[in-house]
Amino acid sequence: MNEPALGGMVQTALDRAEPLFRKGNTNCGGCGMSNLMQMLRHAVAERPVQLIIPASCAAVAGGTFPQSTFGVPTLMTTFASAPASASGVASVAQLNGEDLRVICLAGDGGTFDIGFASLSAAAERNEDVLYICYDNEIYGNTGGQRSSATPAGAVTTNTPDGKAEQKKDILAVMAAHRIPYAASLSLAHAEDTLRKLRLALDLKGFRFLHVLSPCPTGWKSEPALGLELVRLAVRSGLFPVYEIFDGRRYVVNIEPDFSDEALNMYLSLQRRFQKSGLAASDLRPAIDRTWQNLRALSGRIVPARRNA
Amino acid sequence: MTVELLSANHGAALAATLAARANRFGRGFCSGVYPITPSTECMEYLCQQKIEKGRVVRVESEHSAMGVCIGAASAGARTFTATSSNGLAYMVENCVAAACLRLPVVLAVANRTLGPPWNIWADHSDALTLRDHGLIQFYCADNQELFDTVLCAFRLAEDRRVMMPAMVNMEGFILSHTVAQTQIPEQAQVDDFLPPTDIPHRLGDVPHTLGQIEIPHQTEMHRWQHHSAMLEVPRIYAEIQNEFEVIFGRRPADAVEAYRTEDAQTLIVSMGTIGATAERVVDRLRAEGQRVGALRVRLFRPLPVEAIRACYAGKQRIAVIDRNISLGLGGVLWSETRSLADAGAVVQNYMAGLGGGDVRPEHIVAMLADLEPRETAGAPSMMEAL
Repeated sequence: MNEPALGGMVQTALDRAEPLFRKGNTNCGGCGMSNLMQMLRHAVAERPVQLIIPASCAAVAGGTFPQSTFGVPTLMTTFASAPASASGVASVAQLNGEDLRVICLAGDGGTFDIGFASLSAAAERNEDVLYICYDNEIYGNTGGQRSSATPAGAVTTNTPDGKAEQKKDILAVMAAHRIPYAASLSLAHAEDTLRKLRLALDLKGFRFLHVLSPCPTGWKSEPALGLELVRLAVRSGLFPVYEIFDGRRYVVNIEPDFSDEALNMYLSLQRRFQKSGLAASDLRPAIDRTWQNLRALSGRIVPARRNA
Repeated sequence: MTVELLSANHGAALAATLAARANRFGRGFCSGVYPITPSTECMEYLCQQKIEKGRVVRVESEHSAMGVCIGAASAGARTFTATSSNGLAYMVENCVAAACLRLPVVLAVANRTLGPPWNIWADHSDALTLRDHGLIQFYCADNQELFDTVLCAFRLAEDRRVMMPAMVNMEGFILSHTVAQTQIPEQAQVDDFLPPTDIPHRLGDVPHTLGQIEIPHQTEMHRWQHHSAMLEVPRIYAEIQNEFEVIFGRRPADAVEAYRTEDAQTLIVSMGTIGATAERVVDRLRAEGQRVGALRVRLFRPLPVEAIRACYAGKQRIAVIDRNISLGLGGVLWSETRSLADAGAVVQNYMAGLGGGDVRPEHIVAMLADLEPRETAGAPSMMEAL
């Protein structure tokens, strides 16, 4: 459970006595969600928390009745219902004057695809829910099929020649709901992630966090390299790390160096991109456009590529 | 106790509101609602009520409406929602989840056939899609009965020995939109009848997971526990009837309502409002000297097998009228109860009133005329085909 790549940053005296995600769980080695749960434990500390989890790897990792992997009261919902059920749990806590953080923990399938209607509706109602999407860009639990979070060019079990369509920009969609807080999180940047987790835990209303979550099984990558892959995705500008307050104020948290070296490294370390033969030059125009837009939104007059 | 002029939809919502307020000393009330014809007026009425320690969440789909109820009940609150037809079909996944999680959600259904092609009128095909999934099912015939049954449904669903969702059915428009005088109890009486909701497995402080992975023998065990609890429902409902009578001064309808059946040779069996029509037919034919009785199955799940068997005993001819069709078999009530009749009895199925078709006394008279000369039962028939 101790993640050496984080240099111990996520294991301190501030940690809750009870882990959020107990040892002996069934997650694959190198699963990004396991890293996330470690950081979340640290961020949650002694705050009262309940988890609402739709069908996902997290639901399987939750353990077999009557054991429970999660160290807090947890409700497993149907695939599309986590935001709706979380609304119910949060409402009852509010009616009873309880200082409870209701956290949805969902994968990209449950967030970008099947749960999208109930997610959008809960955001529109500004329910007092912290929604965390661990995005491994694949239906991991069913063996690795494409979702609308799968990037173009990635081979999955139902896109054997590589996915043709682009990844959905979920953060832009959530920002359009003008929710109090939406942010992307890099598991490779623990300080920024912890700050944002704590901030999101203590804000009221609907908060949405998007976590790029390495999936060695689906990405065909080395388990030990998960956090390195995230670092490369951030460095190259492929995965922008930023936060959006009230759908209006954009703050870029980590400046990429936009290096093609990092991008090529990111692609070559995952066999899912092998067949389509994607290279940095294929992705760079789209990344540049994304960052030009982000610069404009964040009000920072900086070139999209510093080295350009 | 006051008397109000209410539609059945509004009556169901008012009963739910009184139940909701009764839980103000418990963990409150939270409901997810979504409109669909003909149950819309039920959720509209609920949304207009002021409920202390209560919240009605206006969601984006029936699926989420039940999703909110699941969350609210998991957090220990009293919950209620209403729907119809394709809305119920869309909700089915979460209805099954609420049942498997053993959460006492009360669900009012204004029955409407399933489409497309779109037809907004009544039959029981929507509710019967949930026949096998661990929800208690009541079918009502008039406004007062519906109001009383909703109150009883909360008490029954939340009973520790039961602890499962309960559906209360009213045929769309035929009952949902019929306005009738309804006796409305005082809040204090409802407070007496409905103690604060206490869900033993709700999310609290102790880490535990609701609804996680199970292996086969655990699923078998949970299904058996659920089934066993359901089999207790007729007995527990009888207890609740007694308490209801003490508190409200009137007795809610039985699980199976028998009308002039004791010396009857011929029986008309049905669910819902057709049962009320059948009772008028019985009166008419009795006046002509025919020994006819009517049986109305109010509690369909669990099926009160013993009560129905006792009523079928000694009857030579039984007409089972189904406002539904299990395509490829026939009427559901007929197929489930035909084996309960005496050997040699003629149990004939008449499907009628599908998609909201009017079932009038003369239709039932025609069915009995068809039944009378039969030596053995034939295949299920559709009324229009008579």
